[in-house]
Amino acid sequence: MFWLAPFLLFQLQQPLDIPDKNPHTTAADIEQGKRLYMGRCAGCHGPSGDGGKGANLAVPTLARAAADRSLYRIIRYGIPDTEMPGSLMDAKELWQTAAFVHSLGQVPSAPITGNAQAGAQVFKSKGACLSCHALGNEGGRIGPSLTGIGARRGAAHLKAKIVNPAADVPDQFRLVQLTTKAGKTMRGIRLNEDTYSIQLRDFSGNPQSFWKADITQITQEKKTNMPAYQGKLTDTELNDLVAFLANEKGAQ
Amino acid sequence: MRLALLLLSLPLLAQVTHQRLLNAEKEPGNWLTYSGNFAGHRFSPLKQITDQNVAKLTPAWVYQSNSLQKFETTPLVVDGVMYISEAPSHVTALDTRTGRVIWRYRRTLPDDVRVCCGQVNRGVAILGDLVYVGTVDAHLVALDAKTGAVRWDVTVADNKTGHSITVAPLAVKDKIIIGIAGGEYGIRGFLDAYDAKTGKLAWRFWTVPAAGEPEAKTWAGESYKRGSAATWVTGAYDPETNLLYWGTGNPGPDWNGEVRAGDNLYSDCLIALDLDTGKLKWHFQFTPHDVHDWDATEVPVLINAEFRGQARKLLLFPNRNAFYYVLDRVTGQFLLGKPYAKQTWAKGLDDSGRPIRLPGTFPTVEGTRVWPSVAGANNWYSPSYSPDTKHLYVATRESGAVYYFGNAEYKAGEQFNGGGFRSIPGEEEWGAIRAFKPTTGEVAWEYKLFTPPYSGVLSTAGNLVFGATAEGQMIALDATTGKLLWRFQGGGTVRSNPMSYQSDGKQYVAMTLGNSLYVFHLQP
Repeated sequence: MFWLAPFLLFQLQQPLDIPDKNPHTTAADIEQGKRLYMGRCAGCHGPSGDGGKGANLAVPTLARAAADRSLYRIIRYGIPDTEMPGSLMDAKELWQTAAFVHSLGQVPSAPITGNAQAGAQVFKSKGACLSCHALGNEGGRIGPSLTGIGARRGAAHLKAKIVNPAADVPDQFRLVQLTTKAGKTMRGIRLNEDTYSIQLRDFSGNPQSFWKADITQITQEKKTNMPAYQGKLTDTELNDLVAFLANEKGAQ
Repeated sequence: MRLALLLLSLPLLAQVTHQRLLNAEKEPGNWLTYSGNFAGHRFSPLKQITDQNVAKLTPAWVYQSNSLQKFETTPLVVDGVMYISEAPSHVTALDTRTGRVIWRYRRTLPDDVRVCCGQVNRGVAILGDLVYVGTVDAHLVALDAKTGAVRWDVTVADNKTGHSITVAPLAVKDKIIIGIAGGEYGIRGFLDAYDAKTGKLAWRFWTVPAAGEPEAKTWAGESYKRGSAATWVTGAYDPETNLLYWGTGNPGPDWNGEVRAGDNLYSDCLIALDLDTGKLKWHFQFTPHDVHDWDATEVPVLINAEFRGQARKLLLFPNRNAFYYVLDRVTGQFLLGKPYAKQTWAKGLDDSGRPIRLPGTFPTVEGTRVWPSVAGANNWYSPSYSPDTKHLYVATRESGAVYYFGNAEYKAGEQFNGGGFRSIPGEEEWGAIRAFKPTTGEVAWEYKLFTPPYSGVLSTAGNLVFGATAEGQMIALDATTGKLLWRFQGGGTVRSNPMSYQSDGKQYVAMTLGNSLYVFHLQP
């Protein structure tokens, strides 16, 4: 969340006259939009738009941007309280980027081969996912909530995360270890930090707060607390779990 | 009875003459001009609050702004009354001891004000019996210091074309100096002087040339017409040279330099203008042909010191481009320049102070990583110089950015950026308050901050440096050693500068933290 701050220096003025329909949708526009997308968006949303740190864009209808105009606004102004920043591209570039994003959802995504019902069992028992992740009102708060995850992330990304979760750890779920002057050691998920204090959630789910003056050492672990399921689940179980998560659209 | 007491204890409002502004140090209880004095020192000679007792600093009162815009004002204090500006373009007079409102000026603005980076204001100026404020719809307004009534209101420029005013005016002699913002709208930048009594324009210095002027050759084709070079941060004045020293902003468009080949004068410059005529005496360009939006709109600091064995009149300038500069302020001669924060864009500076650029640092469509970031190693917020420790204090940012190249089609009143930027994902940005030896740029001490700050510093005769963190803490450091002596969590990102004043024999330190103005004193 800290890397968003500089963007806020530029206040984003909302003009009153955004057209309803994208005026830049030619093949050349989409091609230019792809170039812009690769530089600015692919880092989080993935080169083919099926999500990563950012949402899955390779869907026929975007949950937050069903209309051209709302997609334009999101690219221009970002989404408050999320990691999605705004952009200072000019109107034509914004529309070209939107045209390319729209095209991502027009190609069929990779078919989901697993059995979602069987995947629900893997999720609850063998995977023990609820010990860290929430689904609805159940589960833990150590990892990101999985409620509605299928609407936000594509199957390929979900599979990659389960197999090798350490590849990309979101900022809000950094694992830290600290040692207090009294000799106590604690590990948890960093919730907040400044020059003088740090707040974390321990593995029992309880929030903890420390003055840095009372701490001898803080180590930010580059890894994640999530186990890699490569080899722990059979291919069938893995595909079933992915099918379950990909179908988890949250409360409608 | 109580009313009578109050009336007795409110001091008489005396006129703020140019003589008083010139000798601001002689009345340390007041804070008469944006930087405390004309030399840009932001130093308070008050020493009731010291390194020995600052641990007992506690809020005396808090004033909450109704606006959720950034609260960037530096308060002025004159004889028991504090004058602050509030976003977007309001002015409020407060009693310095109680924090109670004496009068308010509330400006009605158009619905679609065009200003790039927040409808903000950094403070007012005072001269005679008038208080001056620039507005985001690009007017300069003079208010009666006793009542807040409008005495005159002049249009400086048209806001529909992206001109706005966020800078605190500078009152000097019989003039009000006011800069313009709009560097992201392709404006033609300028610096104006108005007659303080009447509001009549005395002179205008264009920071971007007209057709046929020699500087127009530093812009390809007619690109000078959208050259920007805004003047949105308050400068300094030296009565001995009678020169105004003012920084200028980025060339337009910000990140697409292809449409404006050349050095792009007078963008990213320090300009020295004759106060009486507005004529250019000299200029120094820090970042010729800037493509990273590194406005040279920092506060210049003027000191007289021995430089390599010779007594000289110096101008100190910790620039947004991550180089620290020392210039001779009589001639503009470049004396010293060296990086003071991480930078990856220049190999160094040549003998004339011109940067030796590294290849591969220009923005691209795919994005180019460069340090420092768009916000720079320093920005509009103020440095401070202490004549006691002889250190220059600078809140410094250590961060980079990914810079993008983009289209640059000018449409009046729309942003004209030619690209954009983002933070470097996963980069551990940080910051520090650093004390520099001004004539060498050596670091005397450093106090580390968890994230880059966006607020300035104040030094005081109590051997203290006040500053703030991006997470809302105001802090006091030992000015000699950099040791932390006091801190206070104000509850919101700090984007302002501290100042100090005295009222009824008691010293106060004031700074906006988040959306409130906090005024501290020693625990009674």
